[in-house]
Amino acid sequence: MSALLHYNYWIVIVLMMIGFYIVITHSNLIKKLLGLSIFQTSVFILYISMGKVIGGSAPILSDKVQIYSNPLPHVLILTAIVVGIATTALGLALVVRLREAYGSIEEEDIQAQERDEGQAP
Amino acid sequence: MMQHLPVLQVIVPLLAAPLALLLRPSRLAWLFALIASGAGLFISLSLLAQVLEQGTLIYALGGWAAPIGIEYRIDRLNAFVLLLVSLIGFVVLLAADTSIRREIDEDKQPYFYSLYLLCMAGLLGIVATGDAFNVFVFLEISALSTYTLIAMGRDRRALWASYQYLIMGTIGATFILIGIGLLYMMTGTLNMHDLALRLPAVQNSATVLTATAFFVVGVCLKLALFPMHLWLPNAYAYAPSIVTALLAATATKVAIYVLIRFVFTIFGLDFAFDSLPVHEMLLVLGVVGILVASVLAIAQSNVKRLFAYSSVAQIGYMVLGIGLANTTGLTASLLHLFNHALMKGALFLALAGVFYRLSTVELKSFQGLGRQMPLTLAAIVIGGLSLVGVPLTVGFVSKWYLVLAILERGWWPLAFLVMLGSLLALVYLWRIVEMAYFSPAPADGGNPPVKEAPLMILLPTWLLVIANVYFGLDTDLTVSLASLASIELFTPVVP
Repeated sequence: MSALLHYNYWIVIVLMMIGFYIVITHSNLIKKLLGLSIFQTSVFILYISMGKVIGGSAPILSDKVQIYSNPLPHVLILTAIVVGIATTALGLALVVRLREAYGSIEEEDIQAQERDEGQAP
Repeated sequence: MMQHLPVLQVIVPLLAAPLALLLRPSRLAWLFALIASGAGLFISLSLLAQVLEQGTLIYALGGWAAPIGIEYRIDRLNAFVLLLVSLIGFVVLLAADTSIRREIDEDKQPYFYSLYLLCMAGLLGIVATGDAFNVFVFLEISALSTYTLIAMGRDRRALWASYQYLIMGTIGATFILIGIGLLYMMTGTLNMHDLALRLPAVQNSATVLTATAFFVVGVCLKLALFPMHLWLPNAYAYAPSIVTALLAATATKVAIYVLIRFVFTIFGLDFAFDSLPVHEMLLVLGVVGILVASVLAIAQSNVKRLFAYSSVAQIGYMVLGIGLANTTGLTASLLHLFNHALMKGALFLALAGVFYRLSTVELKSFQGLGRQMPLTLAAIVIGGLSLVGVPLTVGFVSKWYLVLAILERGWWPLAFLVMLGSLLALVYLWRIVEMAYFSPAPADGGNPPVKEAPLMILLPTWLLVIANVYFGLDTDLTVSLASLASIELFTPVVP
């Protein structure tokens, strides 16, 4: 049963693999970005999990509480969340431009157009 | 003022970036960016002078001392890489105004300078900081601005290259984030110096092994080590010429710095190289990268892509030096880090000149160019000879030390493979020379006739070409800096 005690880490690993799988296998550029987003989110959960102190309360100062969870990972991951949002936003903006340039958001279409262009003199 | 230099190095470009956005016309933005990066160059030079005089500089941000606050720690290695980044950033920016006018629409040019400064701030921040999490944040600042800079290319393939780089770069950065998180989990600190002191106590745990694996793979993606280089050739080939020159000379070098810093200072040589096969991995991938990427470079028909593959091969040399795990090898890596930046800076700036006149860098269009643009092509030839490692150029110096380091280990077959890599470099350089000097110009003779590249591109190109030759002859400064830094890295960290 000890494996189940760390169920939060199992969730991290499963989410990470789902995200990674989507990035690798899907041809749709937006789906790829969402996969990337899930992949990053799993790391957020990893950080939040490791800040937890068993029996500790939320790190907000109060007279009734003696033990607090570690606030530092929360602060760190807030930065990483901002980075993740910026990356997704930039990626989506790129997809808009790609659609204007190629008329498609499927990886295979774009690569096929590239190949045709490469063969033409 | 002088004691604030470590933080000013990062703050100056970081604050200059949004200001550049407000300046119109774009020439004003360029001038402003030039002044800001000139100030950055001045700061790096004074930092290097201070470090050589007083030893490691420690700067506590906001006056909060290290374990609680974030500190910037400048030792010889940091000062060396900081100087490299700000030097190249400044010289490449000199050529930017002329070249960018041809390649980016007028209304987007201030954005270009803003992003250029932001990218510089990110790269300098990675090097200056002494905090592991800060490395990740600055890495993403530089990466996000790089994706945008690449997408500014006129060719629609620039967008596709940028998208692919975004996916691979983000996976790499997330791996780095996981690695740093696991290290924090085991040690409770993010300060690099503290990490180095506390890791030995827990280093045999599975968590630290996992952290090392994630971190090294993440950084190798970022530095485009073969076979994780797939994003690099397209990104370099279709970005605006100036962006290629900046990235080829600085971005991968900074990633190499991160690898060296973590493997040597934080994980410690014994742990990284004995508990995990990091050392074999770097050696094998380095050598295979040198050979395969050089062969791929020979097959390219676009000269920018050709030199992009050559960059992947040159990264192989640097990683090989790290994998040798002796002081001479590390010295060779650091030397090549500096020297390769000079070579690729010169080569890609010269290609910016070619692109300015011809609007293409296809190998076919180089026919007869040796007579039409003698100075630009001479720069390519000298830069190329430096890549090959011909004596009197910087390339020779770094390869000499690399071969010395290999022989110190007694692995002489490896030395032959390194030589073979140089021969392959000669082959792809020869393809350009043959086209430019031994093929007649096309009969229709270009109308109007092709002229020499404009002065503002030639000047920075030749500055770097002269640096290539100068540091090839006078090796005192670079070799002594690199060997001092590598001796420092081999010294165990003391509290």
